[in-house]
Formats: sequence, C-alpha cells, structure tokens
Amino acid sequence: MSILEIIGGLLIVIGSIFLFLGALGIYRMPDVFNRLQAGTKASTLGAMATILGVGLLAPGWIFKVLIIILFIAYSNPISSHALARAMHKRKGYMYFKDEDIDAYSEIEEKDNSEK
Amino acid sequence: MDYIIYFSLTVMTLALILAAVRFYKGPSAGDRTLALDTMTTIGVSSIVLLAYLFDRYIYLDVALVYGVLGFIGVIVIARYLEKAL
Amino acid sequence: MIYVILTLVLLLLMVASAIYAIWQKDLLYAVIASGILSLFLSIVFVILQAPDVALTEAAIGVALTTIIFIIAIRNTVRYEDEHDKKKKVKTTTK
Repeated sequence: MSILEIIGGLLIVIGSIFLFLGALGIYRMPDVFNRLQAGTKASTLGAMATILGVGLLAPGWIFKVLIIILFIAYSNPISSHALARAMHKRKGYMYFKDEDIDAYSEIEEKDNSEK
Repeated sequence: MDYIIYFSLTVMTLALILAAVRFYKGPSAGDRTLALDTMTTIGVSSIVLLAYLFDRYIYLDVALVYGVLGFIGVIVIARYLEKAL
Repeated sequence: MIYVILTLVLLLLMVASAIYAIWQKDLLYAVIASGILSLFLSIVFVILQAPDVALTEAAIGVALTTIIFIIAIRNTVRYEDEHDKKKKVKTTTK
C-alpha cells in the first residue's frame, strides 16, 4: 500500500462524511437560506474531495477527474446564487430577521429609487 | 481498499435519503429545488465511486455529463421563480 | 451485497418520487420530482453496467425535460385545478 493510496482513501472518507453533513444540514436547518448555505458549501467540498481521492487512487484517470472537479467548482455556486436571489426576491421566510444581516434589501431599495 | 468505498457508498445512500425527506417535507419551492441540487452533487460523486469500483474508465463520462448539465435545470427553475424567464 | 442494498434503496426512492409526481397538484413540484426520478434511474443504469443508456438518460432527463416542462408551465398555469376553478366561476356568474 503506497502513500498515494492512503491519501486517496482518506480523501474519499472525508469527502463522503462532508456530503452526509451537508445532507444533514439541509434536513435540520430552520430556514431556506441556512439550508442553501449548509447544503451547497458542504456538498461542494465533499464532492471535490471524493473525486480527487478517486483520481489519486487511479493515477491514469487524473485528467478527466480534474475536468469534473472544474465543472463542479463553477456550476455549483452559480445554481446556489441564482436560487438564493430568487428566494430573496420572493420574500422568503427568514429565521434570523435582522437589519444587519439582510443588507441586500437596502441595495435593492436604492436601485429601485434610482430608477 | 474496497471496504472504504463500500463505507462511502453507504454514507452517500443515507445522505440521499435525508435529502429526499427534505424534498417531501419542504414548505416552499426553494427547499425542493435545493434538494434536487444536493442530490445531483451526491449522485455525481457516487457515480465516480462506482466507476472506480467497476474499474471502467468510460463510466466517468456519465459523471462528466451530469457535472456539465446538472445545474441548468436548477437555474431555469430559479429564473421561473424570479418571474424573469 | 452492497449493490443489492443500493439498488433496492434507489428503486424504492424512484417509486416514491413517481407516486409523488402523480399525486401532487402543484405542477412545478411534479417537474422537480421527475428530475429526481431521472437522476436515480441514471445511477441504477450505471450499476447495471449500461453507461450509454445512463448518458442519454442524464442528458435528456435532467436538462431537456425540465426546461421544456418549465417553459410549458410558464405559458399555461402552475396549479392543476386552476382551470376547473375558472370554469366553475364562469358558469356560476352566468
């Protein structure tokens, strides 16, 4: 068992545990924005770690594995950002309703008043 | 080394079940769309693990297509919810 | 053994999401449920060692079907019994 296989197996275990924690976050969190933050960040890290671990276990596959990691790294934040923007425009329910946290509504009001 | 991948596949199956429960219970449309997005990410990594387990290089293409096309449906649903499609 | 358990769980989730898509009155949620069914079906095809069918299912089921159904919902109505309500209101006002 070489050093590359040990690092790859460790990355696979860490990534799968992060995927499970992301799914547990979207099950337990009280609010759609908290669920977005938990689900998207944790599952992005978990998927990237798992796929990189497979690339270290089989070193001939490293090129296509890096392409999959690149696509996940740009496609997952785009969909998360579009979903958060849509839910904010629909006045989604916020659990921590506070003036300091919801800074995007002030910018939106300023844009609407300038028009 | 196979037992590590069996453990990871079991954990990913539990994560899929938790996301499916959130899809069933979710009060708004954003929760259900988020459950679809998370399930797509978990599905991509489990397909890569199955490709290593079967030792077939061609199975990575399925994960590649999912990584390219998986976010388009979520973006279309989000633009529809924003009433800007 | 792990393949049997994984396939069994995926098939159960597929049947559950198909029943949900038929039973739900909100058509947007039914479209999302059909997307989840397509994802599980693709993983089952990979387990059954048919990568080309899984590739086609991924391309059609996730992207194309969802986009076409969302555009159809945008041009018509979102809820299933909205037509019936409008018809009933019209007939009662006449």
